[in-house]
Amino acid sequence: MSLQQVLPLNGAAAREALAYRPDHLLIAEMVDRGSKVLDVGCGDGDLLQLLESRGIDGRGIELSREGVNHCVAKGLAVVQGDADTDLSNYPDDAFDYVILSQTLQATRRPKAVLENLLRIGRRAIVTFPNFGFWRMRLQLLIGGHMPRTENLPATWYDTPNIHFCTIKDFVQLCDEINVKMERAVALDSYARPLRFNMPWWFWNMFGEQGIFLLSRAGKAR
Amino acid sequence: MTGLTPKSKTPRRAIPPQERSHEVDHPSSPVAEFGIDKPLRLDCGVDLAPFQIAYQTYGELNADKSNAILVCHALTGDQHVANRHPMTGKPGWWETMVGPGRPLDTSRYFIICSNVIGGCMGSTGPASLNPATGKVWGLDFPIITIPDMVRAQAMLIDYLGIETLFAVVGGSMGGMQVLQWTAAYPERVFSALPIACATRHSAQNIAFHELGRQAVMADPDWDHGRYADKAVHPHRGLAVARMAAHITYLSDAALHRKFGRRMQDRELPTFSFDADFQVESYLRYQGSSFVERFDANAYLYLTRAMDYFDIAADHDGVLTAAFRGIETRFCVVSFTSDWLFPTAESRALVHALNASSARVSFAEIETDKGHDAFLLDVPEFFDIAHAFLESAGKARGLNEPGE
Repeated sequence: MSLQQVLPLNGAAAREALAYRPDHLLIAEMVDRGSKVLDVGCGDGDLLQLLESRGIDGRGIELSREGVNHCVAKGLAVVQGDADTDLSNYPDDAFDYVILSQTLQATRRPKAVLENLLRIGRRAIVTFPNFGFWRMRLQLLIGGHMPRTENLPATWYDTPNIHFCTIKDFVQLCDEINVKMERAVALDSYARPLRFNMPWWFWNMFGEQGIFLLSRAGKAR
Repeated sequence: MTGLTPKSKTPRRAIPPQERSHEVDHPSSPVAEFGIDKPLRLDCGVDLAPFQIAYQTYGELNADKSNAILVCHALTGDQHVANRHPMTGKPGWWETMVGPGRPLDTSRYFIICSNVIGGCMGSTGPASLNPATGKVWGLDFPIITIPDMVRAQAMLIDYLGIETLFAVVGGSMGGMQVLQWTAAYPERVFSALPIACATRHSAQNIAFHELGRQAVMADPDWDHGRYADKAVHPHRGLAVARMAAHITYLSDAALHRKFGRRMQDRELPTFSFDADFQVESYLRYQGSSFVERFDANAYLYLTRAMDYFDIAADHDGVLTAAFRGIETRFCVVSFTSDWLFPTAESRALVHALNASSARVSFAEIETDKGHDAFLLDVPEFFDIAHAFLESAGKARGLNEPGE
């Protein structure tokens, strides 16, 4: 299934497709209009702008001061903060969705962060680079060095990414903390969704990133 | 019509000290008078009546009265935000921020700024005449608080016929008033821009204020606050208070950049207590120019008001309770080198607002200019203020300029 099949492309949507990252468009498609969203690690606010343009009430947290100031200068409601420490300040059920886009691998305690996402949001959308992607595996297996890709260009010694995982690892973590996966999408190197009838091992091998729509499975404690 | 021309006379030269008392009771800006039937209920239990609020406005109020912005001034500020000061002849204290095309755009918004109650530029305060005695109030004036200032402002906004303010904006003590507005009248504040402030005054800040007050009181001319009866002014004590305070408004880096260890009009030390260093000369100038325009007792009262400020304490110690369910849009701004109201204070406010699910932006601006940065030319700060008001204006349905 290509991006064109996921998103019906009329004129406005075509313009959107050019202006925004494909993974952001996929995320935006998962969010209901009129809902209240927190984007954790919102960077320069591109995703928040897309959400606001679709009538979604978006807020953001960003670690870097430059990122925050860019966002605020765009009129977005963004605060400087750290996903590891500042999510605990938000009350339960404060948002309809909490988004963690390409940030999970940079947190110190991904499990605690994930639990917090689903405490303050009724749903969470998590996207992350899949370390089980075949090119990653190949670089380690054949090249014998830590993998680097276009999307993850940092060397091992200066990367902010300290907790890489594979799609398989992430699915296991979701099971462990009793999180329900409402929707899962794996994108290939061209940011095109892989066919959803493919088995997990195929996604884990050929997906360069995973996008998951999560909700609480119930009150199992 | 930019509205930048104040509706008042503005002499170009500084007024001699004896004329300060004239500005106190008969300000050269508009005045709202409240009679004995409209007392101001003060936190200390006193009903203040009659009283007056001196204010200044810029720009035009639109037909549905939805474009009014209240600017709250800091400790030693006044209502003359963007016009020549009637006493010093200097430009308004926030002309970088307020004017046509500026973040607080006078061609789009109706800007209001009033002198705080307890001040000395035309609103009733310790330097005003007490109608009961015919003499200057002095220390007989009741102690006022930040909530009292805001209550008086709310009466002024009623007097001007405005229901909801599009924005309330201010830095330092002005920021405290912004926060008090949102805590006391959330439904009357569409958006709030508190800058370089805190929800309470810290122990260190109270300590600095106490230092300033003691300097004033140690001046023999202060005379237990009755100096007006003898037509003197404790200018030495007040100047020392201002010098000490001024240091807290700057930063080590800013002082070093501005003055370093450079000498003032000399090559070598004089081996005396003359102002050998430029920084000494600068501070002395700051002190002496301040006493020309400010009343010593008003300085005591206003510093006290800041000391007492603690929003959480007014809500059973729970800060989030002050903002529960609030729909006001917030933009909180702090500056990296501000050690009087450090970023941690703003962050605590932001956490409380997050806990209330308020719509809040929070930006920390990198600058070495210290607390005073909010009054200075800091383009990143202007961009943020501009964008915040712009997006709030869209949400408020304010028209674009020229429409």
